[in-house]
Amino acid sequence: MTPDLIYGLTGIAVFGIGLVGALCALDRLRRVLALKLCSVGAGFLLVVGAWRAPPGVPDPVPHALVITGIVVMVSATAVALALIRRLQTLEAEDER
Amino acid sequence: MSVDLSPITLAIFVPLFGAIMAFLLPRAASVIGLATLALTTGAVIWLARAVLTGGAVVLPLGGWGAPLGIDLRADGLSVAMLGLTCAVGFLVSVAALDSLKGAQQARQRQYFWPLWLLLLTGMNGVYLGTDIFNLYVMIEVIALAAVGLTVLSGSRAAVQAGLEYMYASILGALLFLMGVGFIYLQLGRLDFAGLTGAEPTGALIAALALMFVGLALKTALFPLHFWLPAAHANATAPASALLSGLVVKAALYIVLRLAQYMPFPSETLLTLVGLMGAGAVIWGGIQALRAERLKLLVAWSTVAQIGLIFVAFARAGEVGLPESWKAAALLILAHGIAKAAMFLAAGRIKDEIGHDVIRDLDRSPIRPTLAQFTFALAAISLIGLPPSLGFIGKWSLMEGAMAAGYWHWVAVTMAGTLMSVAYFSRVFAGFLRFDRVRAPVGEHQGWALADAAPLTLALAAIGLGLLAAPILGFIEIGYPFGVAP
Repeated sequence: MTPDLIYGLTGIAVFGIGLVGALCALDRLRRVLALKLCSVGAGFLLVVGAWRAPPGVPDPVPHALVITGIVVMVSATAVALALIRRLQTLEAEDER
Repeated sequence: MSVDLSPITLAIFVPLFGAIMAFLLPRAASVIGLATLALTTGAVIWLARAVLTGGAVVLPLGGWGAPLGIDLRADGLSVAMLGLTCAVGFLVSVAALDSLKGAQQARQRQYFWPLWLLLLTGMNGVYLGTDIFNLYVMIEVIALAAVGLTVLSGSRAAVQAGLEYMYASILGALLFLMGVGFIYLQLGRLDFAGLTGAEPTGALIAALALMFVGLALKTALFPLHFWLPAAHANATAPASALLSGLVVKAALYIVLRLAQYMPFPSETLLTLVGLMGAGAVIWGGIQALRAERLKLLVAWSTVAQIGLIFVAFARAGEVGLPESWKAAALLILAHGIAKAAMFLAAGRIKDEIGHDVIRDLDRSPIRPTLAQFTFALAAISLIGLPPSLGFIGKWSLMEGAMAAGYWHWVAVTMAGTLMSVAYFSRVFAGFLRFDRVRAPVGEHQGWALADAAPLTLALAAIGLGLLAAPILGFIEIGYPFGVAP
């Protein structure tokens, strides 16, 4: 097994674990975390794909894609967390 | 360096600045919003004239062309989508002025305009982008704004639906991003022009499939539609109209574009897409027949109609693909206009009667007749009766399927049409029964100026069918489908 194959399979595995969590988890926070795991796996795969055996240098464009993906994910997570908090407040109000 | 004032940049930056201004000056938000929409519409008209006279317009941003920089490109299809967005958006905005005017809606009013203008920025960006990574960023802008609009009413059901929408949207975006990355790793290009003529290798098809699944999640193609009905049914009326009429079209448009530039995968995959569409037509129809609330019925009809657009796409297989996109594009335009009208009309009915339980619609002494009439007109276009735009779209769908001898797609379209007649009739029956309530007819017709915008949209959905030939001619400009531009 070459290193990039190992890394690639790891990325797929991480994405898969996240995907299962995002689809099957019942807890809202768990689903957000599972989606974060998905994004880590996806980013991992792209970074691995950009790797070139030395003396080659890694391709910077996939890195740029991953950075943008991270930025997007941060804002999406923030929105999801804000919605979860709001929902909890509403549920608490309903129960009272 | 001189700044080039181009209608292409204006169509993206005017709504962006409008959104920022509307957020900073909440008191003047509606004035800023309407002014921004008027300016954006002006830019789109300017662009449409340029495309009409000179064909497709390309603008390398900042003077840096593809593949290093970002190109923006406007052809007939882009301008048609921009026109749809601006026209529907403007009328929905006018309707929003009325439906958000109450004192208890101050908070909604404050956030509606910035979110909606941000949504407009993202959609115009999608329609003008020529770079798959740019499209990714723009669909994320759309997703964040759309989730904001979904939860605008602040009710528990809306927030819950918005959260589901957010989950689906994040997952769809990640799949799309992975597809974009894999395509880059194989071809070394991200712009459309660099992707044409690529060999359809297995790895490339896999990357395309990832992107397609991501887009299917965002446009709610069966069986990935689970988030849509609750999200669209629980949003406030203007937000529902924007979400159902315009937002789902952005991902559909990207599918159209990918089909234009990407290698043809295989007949089997295209049939699979058609089958997913057929599943949506049938399942959406069944659920619309079962829905108890008016807005939920309309939302399920969106699921069915999106399925129909994918059926249009697959209707004639590989040979007919260059023609199939036209049927799909016509159905996209027809659905955008008619569904926005229908959601606004449903919102008006709900506002006047006070609820939207279909079974009890005929028990109210209040008859919002103009809103009901609008609803019926929009339904005529969605069902596809002549001379509406929906009729022309369905007709060209079936014509192509018949010419290719694919009778199963004709059968699916017919079944979908029949079901839409059935579920819309459930609503009409309530509109037309007057025997349940003995209040004097005409005492409260529930007419208001707020009916003007949905009525205009519904009339346009019917009337534009008469202009189908010029519309078809226009969307072909600069767009030799299947031929590299």
